[in-house]
Amino acid sequence: MFKLFAHIGKYILLLGSTLSRPEKPSMYLKEVFRQIYEIGIGSLGIVAIISTFMGAVTAVQFGTQLLEIGFIPMWWMGTILRDSMVLELAPTITALLLAGKVGSSISTELGTMRISEQIDALEIMGVNTPTYLILPKIIGALVIMPILIIASCFLGILGGLLAGMLSGFFHPSEFAKGLQDDFDPHYFEIMFIKSIVFAFIITSISCYQGYNVKGGALELGQASTRAVVFSNIVIIIANYIIAQMFL
Amino acid sequence: MIEIENVKKSFDGQEILKGISSVFEDGKCNLIIGKSGSGKTVLVKCIIGLFEPEAGHIFYDGRDLTEMNFKEKKKIRNEIGMLFQGNALFTSLSVEENVRFPLDMFTDQTLAEKKERVNFCLSRVNLEGVNDKYPSEISGGMMKRVGIARAIVLNPKYLFCDEPNSGLDPRTAIVIDQLIREITQEYQMTTIVNTHDMNSVMGIGDHVVYLHEGHNHWEGSNKEILNTKNKELYDFIFASDFLKKLKEQTD
Repeated sequence: MFKLFAHIGKYILLLGSTLSRPEKPSMYLKEVFRQIYEIGIGSLGIVAIISTFMGAVTAVQFGTQLLEIGFIPMWWMGTILRDSMVLELAPTITALLLAGKVGSSISTELGTMRISEQIDALEIMGVNTPTYLILPKIIGALVIMPILIIASCFLGILGGLLAGMLSGFFHPSEFAKGLQDDFDPHYFEIMFIKSIVFAFIITSISCYQGYNVKGGALELGQASTRAVVFSNIVIIIANYIIAQMFL
Repeated sequence: MIEIENVKKSFDGQEILKGISSVFEDGKCNLIIGKSGSGKTVLVKCIIGLFEPEAGHIFYDGRDLTEMNFKEKKKIRNEIGMLFQGNALFTSLSVEENVRFPLDMFTDQTLAEKKERVNFCLSRVNLEGVNDKYPSEISGGMMKRVGIARAIVLNPKYLFCDEPNSGLDPRTAIVIDQLIREITQEYQMTTIVNTHDMNSVMGIGDHVVYLHEGHNHWEGSNKEILNTKNKELYDFIFASDFLKKLKEQTD
C-alpha cells in the first residue's frame, strides 16, 4: 500500500515537472506534431479495422436477438448501435486498444532512452527532460485521440450498417431512422470527455513507467507491461466514474 | 578549472564516496581511474550534477554547483560537453541531427550557420561524409567521434568523458584518446576522463586520480604512476601477469 502511494506521489511530481517553460518552443512544437503523427496516423489502421468489425458484430448480435424477441421494430438497431458506439464502444475499446499500442510504444521509447543514457545526455545539455520528452506526448495524444475516437464511432456505425444489410435485418432507410431517433447531443459530450481523460491516462502512465526504468532489457519489458496493465485498469475505473458523473 | 572538496555520496546506506577532494585544471586531461565499483562514475555524476552529493562542494571556476538553484545549474550545463560510455546518441536522428541538436535547442543560429558548425565539428573529429547516416549504420569508433563532435559543438568549457575507450579496438582507442587530448589543449577545456584503461592513463594522463574504496587514494601524473609505492595502485596497474613480468624485466 505504501509503495502504491509512493508511486502516486512520484507520478504527480513527474507530471508537475513537465510544466516548465520550454527552452525553445519551436523544438517542442515540432515534437508535438511528431507525436500527433505517430499516435494518430500510426494507429488509424488498427482503429479502423477493429471499429468496423466491432460495429458489425454488435449489429449481428442485436439483430439476431431482436428477431427472436419479435415485437421490437428493427429500426431500433440504428439507435442501439449509435448509443453503444458513442457512449461505450468507440471511446473505451479504442482507448484500451491504444493503451496497448501507444502505451507500450511510449514506455519502451522512454525506457530505452533512459537505459542508453540518452535522457542523461539531454539533462547534461541543460534540457528539462520531463518537459521535452513527456509534455509533447501528452499534448499530441490529447489532440489526436478525440479525432481517432470520432473516426472509430463513425466506422463502427458504418460496419453495423453494412453487416445489418448483408444479414437482411433492415433497410438502410430504417437504420437511418433509428440513428436520428431521440438523438441526445449530451452523449457526444460524454464521448469527448472520455477521449480526453483516456488520452491523458494512457500517455501519462506510460511516460511515468518508461521514464523511471532502471536496469536493462528485462526491466524495460516489465515497465512496458506495467504501462499497458495500469493504463487499462485506470481507464476502466475512470470510465465508470465518468458514467456515474455524467449520465 | 573544477575543484571538488570533500564530496560524499551514499546509496541505500552504503557509502560510495567517502570525502573526495581534488583540483582539475584547464588544458589538461584529468583522469579518474579505479577498479569497477570504486565510485568513478558516481563521482563524475556528482560533478556534473546528475547526482546530488550529501556533503562537500564542487566549484566550476569558483561557482559552487552544490549551492546553485535549478536555473543556475542549467546555465552551467550549457558549458558542459559529455561523451558517454555508450555514446548516448539519439538513435532516431541522423549523425548531422545528433550533432546539431544542442544548436537547435539553445541557439538562434540560421540553418546554414548550424550546418557550417556541425561540419566543422565533424571534420575536427576526422569524420566527414556521414552526415546523413544513422547511428546504427556507423561503427563504434565513429559513434564515439560523433559523441565528441556533439559534446564540443557548443564550445564547452568543461568536457567529461565516461570510459571513452570501452568497446573499441586498441588502435581506435588511441585515436580517440589523442583526439580528446588535442581538443582539450586546443580549446583549453577542463577535461575529466573516467577510465580504467591503462593505455589511456599512460597516453593522456596529465593528472591522474586513483579512487580506492571511496577514497582519493593517489594523485599524480602518468610519469609518476609507474614508480608508485602505493600498493593498491601498483596492484591495479599491474593486474595482468604480462605487465607485471614486463615491469620486473624493465626494472
